[in-house]
Amino acid sequence: MSIMPPEPSPGLDLETAPLLVRDWIVHRFPDALQWFVHHLLSITVILTVFGLFFAFTTIAERKLLARLQNRLGPNRSGLPWFRSLKLWGLTQPFADAIKAITKEDVVPAAADKVLHFLAPVVIVAFSLLGFAVLPFGRHLIPVELDAAILYFFAAGTATELAIFMAGWGSRNKYSLLSAMRALAQLISYELPLILSVVPVILVTGTLSTRDIALAQGGWTWGVLPHWHVFTPWGFAGFLIFLVAALAESNRSPFDLPEAESELIAGHLTEYSGFKYALFFMAEYFGLTALSGLGVTLFLGGWQAPFAILEIIPSYLWFMGKLAGMIVFFIWIRGTLLRLRIDQLTRLSWKFLVPLALLNLGNAAFWALTPGWTGPLALARWAVSAAIVIVPFVLLGRRLTAGYAPRTYRYAA
Amino acid sequence: MLGSGILKGLGVTAKNFAGSYHDPARMVTQEYPDTPVKLPEAYRNFPFLVTENATDPMGTLRCVACQICEKECPPQCIYIEKSKDKKPDATGKPQLYPAVFAIDTAVCMSCQLCVEVCPFDAIKMDQIFEVAATNRFAGLLLNREQLAKPNSYFHQLHPTDAAEVDGRLGAERKAAEEKARAAAAAKAAAPKPAAPAVTPAPKPAAGGPTP
Repeated sequence: MSIMPPEPSPGLDLETAPLLVRDWIVHRFPDALQWFVHHLLSITVILTVFGLFFAFTTIAERKLLARLQNRLGPNRSGLPWFRSLKLWGLTQPFADAIKAITKEDVVPAAADKVLHFLAPVVIVAFSLLGFAVLPFGRHLIPVELDAAILYFFAAGTATELAIFMAGWGSRNKYSLLSAMRALAQLISYELPLILSVVPVILVTGTLSTRDIALAQGGWTWGVLPHWHVFTPWGFAGFLIFLVAALAESNRSPFDLPEAESELIAGHLTEYSGFKYALFFMAEYFGLTALSGLGVTLFLGGWQAPFAILEIIPSYLWFMGKLAGMIVFFIWIRGTLLRLRIDQLTRLSWKFLVPLALLNLGNAAFWALTPGWTGPLALARWAVSAAIVIVPFVLLGRRLTAGYAPRTYRYAA
Repeated sequence: MLGSGILKGLGVTAKNFAGSYHDPARMVTQEYPDTPVKLPEAYRNFPFLVTENATDPMGTLRCVACQICEKECPPQCIYIEKSKDKKPDATGKPQLYPAVFAIDTAVCMSCQLCVEVCPFDAIKMDQIFEVAATNRFAGLLLNREQLAKPNSYFHQLHPTDAAEVDGRLGAERKAAEEKARAAAAAKAAAPKPAAPAVTPAPKPAAGGPTP
């Protein structure tokens, strides 16, 4: 949503419609206020769209998890005055929101009142900042920064501060210990997350999310999109990014900070009511923002997979891919078991970090050999794939040596 | 290779997801208030009294107020008052009946011991679980009118158990009938030799089982 002149494109009307609406509203205001209204509109749209996206992610998550386990999931909440309308339980998030707002907000007597209050505010604020630099469509990018990726990770990492604020401000030893555990996890996975992103920056030569999305346009032989995930280094980077993103957003199987079946609530033990809901919201915002970044960096951003499908507006492609990522994360949550803290850190330091570093070299090789065409292109692919697969197999063997395959002495 | 287990697991859950839409056998959820719950046959919670005839429940209670269950009940939730008079039971034999039979379901612990000890198969376990009441004293104290349920209801709840009980009771009744018939036949066959002794003879016979 920058002040970029809309270029003509195939899906002209739908593609530029949001911009036209925005400009129409902005021009209702005096000149001095226009920049302010412009940004206020972007913020409002992001808060509304991703607020609703969050609400429906929660119900989609509960429904999908249920289906993955042969259950029905929530299907009873309808509308207050139309009892016969069941709506497949889709109004559940609003009922949950009302419940969270009306619950009592308990603050421990010994808590640091300021920090205890600030932590949920700070975490939501910082987890929302990431959305500012995501290119949602061909012309839709709230803030166009040259160093967008740097900004994204700086803002995203600040949520770790809020987690420690929550643990410290609660004045509860369990909260504090869990917050430290959470930090250990988040800092361990910050490294593979960023190292998985660096190859993209290396190959595209830019930190701007808009340019990275643009660089993935076009097709090889008119079929294979130039998305980074369809290159050996991009595929490996995407996988590392997925694992690290799961851990960064406290999702199962890395949901140790708030392991609901083992701990009370980790660093959220002393939070109740809407403050707890804010942490929950921030977790989903963080996941959505990271998924959005993953889509932008590896899955072609707002680019359509086939040239014919470009008639569908680019922002719908982006939201579709984003929803696909979220569904995949839910699928993972419905499948995998929670790791132990030592397994978690071992996976990061002994497996993901070395692989990500090698992948960086892989991307450097790829960036140095764009001239290899014809039969040499095959060699380029083979070398690049070997740099991914061989260390994966070897490191995987070392990582699981002595641990897998597991033998069960008592269970059949 | 590392990761193959994850892929296998993802396959399992994907199969679950697809199957949950077209294979009702996979689904374990019973949407209880909308559809009546299917309880297993062995499910039990509170006892009820079996009556032979649904149209006259109080007249055909199998219970003869022997009070064994009252004495056996571990939490002492059964209260029985014997009747002063006797009424004929299903076989026509005059029996006592419970003038008051009450079970406090707030106290009952569903142990089924009353059912185990009953020599008359008069008390069996029910499957009612929607027993909420607005008064925790009178509301949860069930009297004999509330407890009495016909034998056909017992057949509905525990078909195997009920068939076995009916077979046994039927055989007993048939044996009793045959015995009575044989006794009547014997009485009819030999009335002449002991004609004067007929009147005192039943007395020792009737008093015989008592000691």
